[in-house]
Amino acid sequence: MAEDEHGGELRTATSSERTVSRGTALLPTDGFQNPGLPEHRPRVTDTDPRAAKRVERFIIFLFWLSFAATVFTVAAYFIWPIDREDITSVRANNMFLGLGIALSMMTIGIGAVMWSKYLMKDHEMVESRHKTEGSPATRARAVEVFQQANEESGFGRRTLLRNSLIGAVLALPIPGIVLFRDLYNGNNPAPVDLLHETMWDEGVRLVRDPIGTPIKASDVTIGSVFHVIPDGLIDLEHHMLEEKAKAVVLLMRLPEERLKEEEHRKSWSYNGIVAYSKVCTHVGCPVALYEQQTHHLLCPCHQSQFDVTEHCKVIFGPAGRPLPQLPITVDGEGYLVAQSDFLEPVGPSFWERKHDYNV
Amino acid sequence: MQRKKTTRTRATRKTAARRAPFATAALLGLGLLATGGAYTGIDAAISTPTAHAATIDDASKVAEGKALFNANCATCHGMDAVGTENGPSLIGVGAASVDFQVGTGRMPMQSQSPQAPKKPVQFTDEQIDQMAAYVASLAPGPAIPDEQYLQADGDAAHGAELFRINCAMCHNVAAAGGALTQGKFAPELQTVEPVHLYEAMITGPQNMPVFNDANLTPQDKADIITAIRWQTEVSDGVAGYGLGSIGPVSEGLFVWVFGIGGAIAMAIWITSRPS
Repeated sequence: MAEDEHGGELRTATSSERTVSRGTALLPTDGFQNPGLPEHRPRVTDTDPRAAKRVERFIIFLFWLSFAATVFTVAAYFIWPIDREDITSVRANNMFLGLGIALSMMTIGIGAVMWSKYLMKDHEMVESRHKTEGSPATRARAVEVFQQANEESGFGRRTLLRNSLIGAVLALPIPGIVLFRDLYNGNNPAPVDLLHETMWDEGVRLVRDPIGTPIKASDVTIGSVFHVIPDGLIDLEHHMLEEKAKAVVLLMRLPEERLKEEEHRKSWSYNGIVAYSKVCTHVGCPVALYEQQTHHLLCPCHQSQFDVTEHCKVIFGPAGRPLPQLPITVDGEGYLVAQSDFLEPVGPSFWERKHDYNV
Repeated sequence: MQRKKTTRTRATRKTAARRAPFATAALLGLGLLATGGAYTGIDAAISTPTAHAATIDDASKVAEGKALFNANCATCHGMDAVGTENGPSLIGVGAASVDFQVGTGRMPMQSQSPQAPKKPVQFTDEQIDQMAAYVASLAPGPAIPDEQYLQADGDAAHGAELFRINCAMCHNVAAAGGALTQGKFAPELQTVEPVHLYEAMITGPQNMPVFNDANLTPQDKADIITAIRWQTEVSDGVAGYGLGSIGPVSEGLFVWVFGIGGAIAMAIWITSRPS
């Protein structure tokens, strides 16, 4: 068997030289014959010097083109500057810089590949691979080095010292665990509790998103839809988005005879005006695509459909339960107010919720 | 003599033949001139009295509108616009609704389908005006909006925020439109006339909800129109091609087809055997 310069065993040669366990496999009798290298075929540029010259000229042209494109890129930076007053100037600036850089890099790449493909010496060759393990001499020397290090350091002898070092190294990640312990969900309030409490409460006015003006019941005409947030939300200094994400509500007015309301929920609507949580019960996307003739609400993410006339029950899609309804009424001045908070947690259906409500 | 005559006859015929193309062109020109002139005359004869009537008599406009309505709309919407099984009542929908539905070609509807699509307008502006006047005369309803709100010169930033909260979920954040349920769709708004944008908001055509003036004030609507115009006309020149503005789907498809396709073509070229 052949050996490489390090005294290792060569792996290539031919497959027939290897000894491989037969295992339980059937030994093929008409094994695949090594076809060897294909016959050498000269290129056009090898046989025709004029063709070689032509290719060479073309590659020279590409490299000069690349140089010209680089110069163009620098010039483009000054010719099409970004004008802060005119946002459309960004387009020309980016486009010409991009075209210049793309052309300068592309032509170098294509030229280099063409050079190696058509002009560089063309001959087949085989490169042998050798085993990754070192020669026996190298391996013996490595073992010797380790033994010597152990002896000189006393690593194997001074066991208490060694074990203290191991203990100290093992303790190193502990600060990391302490610092990042908040990533462990068990320390946070349970998501169900978080979603159970929103800013809605008895007497809280329904106001327009995003301007925060209250809504009179008489403003809501049939077929209307209002995007609603609780009064006071936009004045919050902290956690405004968290509160908004839970409390957003869609307010619609339907012809009263279209609503099929359960007996105990009849008082939750006002003159055909109903308010439902905008947070999808599937994974919490905003459900706000209201079709005013079919009275269906559609979630654009996963196509859950809710029927507003029947307490937003799910009529299609992956949502697990109806959208929570916000009980509403009017105050003394005719503005719409909430009767209470939602009576169930808003948002996606967690498995933790199984015992809470009729999920 | 005899021979000479023959020659002359041939010569005359030759001249006539040579003249013929000019004669044809002249005749065509004359014909076109006459037809065009006649059309202009007829056009003037038709439009002048109508424009005149619009300024003097509102009642005759309503009467004209009623006639047009009964001839074109009553099959579905019923005589006196009270509605039938095939079409809703138009009592109280207002002039804005007629101007939107007929002015964008949605009405008359060509077939019963989930949604009335936009198509070439089938009536003249005067006729739409007359029908709008008739429908508005039946019961009060949203009127055709004031010019001042259609100038697209409002607060684009505020309009964009309102658009994001009230419109983007159906019409796409770049107003490129989107799909609804069962064949219905929210159309693109990038090429819609400001007057039709405004009218759609106050009338809630098809399945679109109504955004009355108590919900979005007229100025809010003007701001939304400004935002849409700004986004499609001004900022359209900012980035590269919008790829239909329908987000990751079109962009992803482009990268898969042209980006990866180009990379594959390059790889094939680099590794191919030179000839």
